[in-house]
Amino acid sequence: MKLAGFLLLLAGWAIVVAAVVLLIPPNMRAIFVLAGVGVEIIGLTLVIRSNPLAVREKE
Amino acid sequence: MPITEIVLVTVLILLAPFSIAGISLINTGMGRSRSAAHSLLTSLCIFAVAAGAYVICGFAWQGYIGAPAHVFVAAGRQWNWLARGPFFLRGIDFNDAPISLALCLQIFSVGLAALIPLGACLDRWKLSAACASTALFAGWTYPLFAHWVWGGGWLAQLGINADMGHGVIDAGGSGTIHAVGGLTALSVAWILGPRRGKYSLEGMPTAIPGHNAVLILFGCFLSLLGWLGLNSAGAILFTGAAPGRVALIAINTTLAAGAAILAAVVITGLRFGRPDVSISANGWIGGLVASSASCAFVSPIEAFVIGAIAGALVTYSVEWFELHFGIDDPGGAISVHALGGIWGLLAVAIFASFPASQVGIGAGRFGAVSTRDAGQALAQIVAIATLIGFVLPLTYGLNFALNRVWPQRVAIEGERQGLDLYEFGAGAYPDFVTHSEEFGQFR
Repeated sequence: MKLAGFLLLLAGWAIVVAAVVLLIPPNMRAIFVLAGVGVEIIGLTLVIRSNPLAVREKE
Repeated sequence: MPITEIVLVTVLILLAPFSIAGISLINTGMGRSRSAAHSLLTSLCIFAVAAGAYVICGFAWQGYIGAPAHVFVAAGRQWNWLARGPFFLRGIDFNDAPISLALCLQIFSVGLAALIPLGACLDRWKLSAACASTALFAGWTYPLFAHWVWGGGWLAQLGINADMGHGVIDAGGSGTIHAVGGLTALSVAWILGPRRGKYSLEGMPTAIPGHNAVLILFGCFLSLLGWLGLNSAGAILFTGAAPGRVALIAINTTLAAGAAILAAVVITGLRFGRPDVSISANGWIGGLVASSASCAFVSPIEAFVIGAIAGALVTYSVEWFELHFGIDDPGGAISVHALGGIWGLLAVAIFASFPASQVGIGAGRFGAVSTRDAGQALAQIVAIATLIGFVLPLTYGLNFALNRVWPQRVAIEGERQGLDLYEFGAGAYPDFVTHSEEFGQFR
């Protein structure tokens, strides 16, 4: 799960970079940047949840 | 650069080491007494390794605005992603060029950033592993992101290339120094795991209080002095703030720290019945960290608000990391530096304004001059996304690989004895620490 989380972090950043570099319309660029940040948040959540102590505390 | 400006910036840069001393004392005070000497010596070694690695290759990859760099072309625009300087500082002009002043400031900045992970890894990080991890940090991780923000890299170019305000603004290093250091602290803390005895079998944390509140609070005073230099010199060298704004920067820095510690004192007082010394001290540093990015571009009232929010954020997040995320961070480094730094970057988007007279070599070169700009918010968000989406996986990957070839955690026996005795053979307080078995030998 941790590996998947880190891959999602990188994927989210790739979306952000692609939006900044390739898109011209400001609104479109902002939407894709925020979408990339959303993917990163999911990845960060996965990485944090993969910590055995965090899981144990929830249980 | 006029001689008066050179003298001013030099004096400000020479204040910066106080921040290193302050953070070292805070880390030591937050740890256990049986690892106090280890903490301070490791701080010195980390600073030494960071300075060495940065001189060997770090500055070559970080560079300075206008220096040769690797670029890639996309959608008809040039994006600067890595500096192309010579190793070992060859070819640097040490006369009156701003690059020599920037290099001097950066050696202290990288030393401070490299110290941050130690706060999260107290009482269980081997000296040799800390030095090896620091070499990776100062030689690669830090220079890369610092180039993107301070060296004219693609984040600084967002203003001119993507019409996002002035590009990423981070005058004193909220993101470049603290968030990068704080995310590295998170990575190493994950890899090391918690201190033995910190969590029960059910996963509930137990309190292991710091051993010396005086060291912690004196470290806070020293840090303020260092931050005044870091923020002022950084704002002049990296965002082109006029030297006349040093007074405003000093006021803003002090107010942010003051608001943060007051917020922490009030919140811990209300929640626990009495103010908590270590969390309040963390609040103070959190306020300093958050003030850094926007110190030259906000009013004193706005700096106060930024600091107060940072103090509240740190107070709650210290508990949150320990209780809900299972992360043992004795010095509060992750909350203070990672979250405080990210909040500092965001605060630029919310509070900062940029009259034409305030911008010069940094922001002015890469973006159009205006007062407030919606694109600035997006630029700051891109910087935060880069920290979380790129710097965190990078620094975790580097430390994970290092841990496979050179295990970073001390042996169980070392944790039981304390790192002073285990790694150095002597404690920091030999007169005060007694062991029953020693009495047994001599009586």
